[in-house]
Amino acid sequence: MSEALRMAEAAAKSAGARRILKLRLRLGSLSGVVEESLRFAFDVVSGDTLAAGATLEIERVPGACWCGTCQAEFACVDFFNECPCCHNPSGELRRGQELEIAAVEIDK
Amino acid sequence: MCKECGCGLGGGDVKIGVPPHEHQHEHGHDHHHGHGHHQHEPHVHDHGPQTLTLNRSLMEKNARLAERNRGFFHAKKLLVLNVVSSPGSGKTTFIRETAARLGARLRVGVIVGDLATDNDAAKLRTAGIPVVQITTGTVCHLDAEMVSKAASQLDLDHLDVLVIENVGNLVCPADYDLGEDLRVVLLSTTEGEDKPLKYPPMFHSANVAVVTKGDLAAAAGFDRAQALANLQRVSHHAEVFELSAKTGEGMHAWLDFLVAQHATAPSQREVPRC
Repeated sequence: MSEALRMAEAAAKSAGARRILKLRLRLGSLSGVVEESLRFAFDVVSGDTLAAGATLEIERVPGACWCGTCQAEFACVDFFNECPCCHNPSGELRRGQELEIAAVEIDK
Repeated sequence: MCKECGCGLGGGDVKIGVPPHEHQHEHGHDHHHGHGHHQHEPHVHDHGPQTLTLNRSLMEKNARLAERNRGFFHAKKLLVLNVVSSPGSGKTTFIRETAARLGARLRVGVIVGDLATDNDAAKLRTAGIPVVQITTGTVCHLDAEMVSKAASQLDLDHLDVLVIENVGNLVCPADYDLGEDLRVVLLSTTEGEDKPLKYPPMFHSANVAVVTKGDLAAAAGFDRAQALANLQRVSHHAEVFELSAKTGEGMHAWLDFLVAQHATAPSQREVPRC
């Protein structure tokens, strides 16, 4: 969370912002990040920054794997990655591990 | 701070090696852009919210440093292993025996991570292995920057294999690329067959899975077939080895694998990764 704030503040300051109104994060369902913990950490570390009091918006990205046999994507909710059609395990997790800062909304 | 558990929030107490003397480390450039931000008086027409699109990974700093490590290690013709497991799976003994049994075939150096003490480093040093200890304080994993600093304390030009013994933890180290060629996860016969199912991200991220403490399998009532089935389910792309570092059983296949990996140019190594 401190890394997200560092990036957000750097971008906001470069743009001449007075404060950050909103942080938008993108979280994959398989990123291992617990949303509640992230929100708690945000409250703790944002206090003395431009983001004090800002809204934390979290966009969830569902997991998706590629099945080479079926040449198709399938949704995955865990790391077992078994294709629902052919039951082969997939070695290619295409989405779901995101931990990104998408955007910040600032007030000048 | 770790993205999983918030470790190291108190931070700043990572120690690398025994500092022989104070010297300036070359730190990864953390350049704050110093273009003096002219503090414009807020213009009236500038008021109102504005959205800045960033789309950047929060792990990008570690990812960047890990790639830098990887390039550096390849230039040094090193095969680099990141050895991960729960505490007590036998990482140190496994690494010590790997180094000893490789003998003159490949020269092994080790970077060891623990929260505290240099006991593991001392064990390896006693066996004549070049080693640097990282004590992470409150941090539950190694990251690429720690590895880069620790590696600078080893004579890499006289090594063929660099083994990084990560902090004993099956959760957080899964997310930190260190610049390794192979991630090697250990599963000991004494800790239960279902570890891969309980900690899937780690087992899923591994290129190699090693079942250790084969000599204790019978005493521990280890269900080998079940363990292999669980590994197959989660680490389906990984090479699997079964061995006992203590008795040496099964070590040959593992050592031959390392020799073959080291002989293969990095670009041609087939290391399935997810």
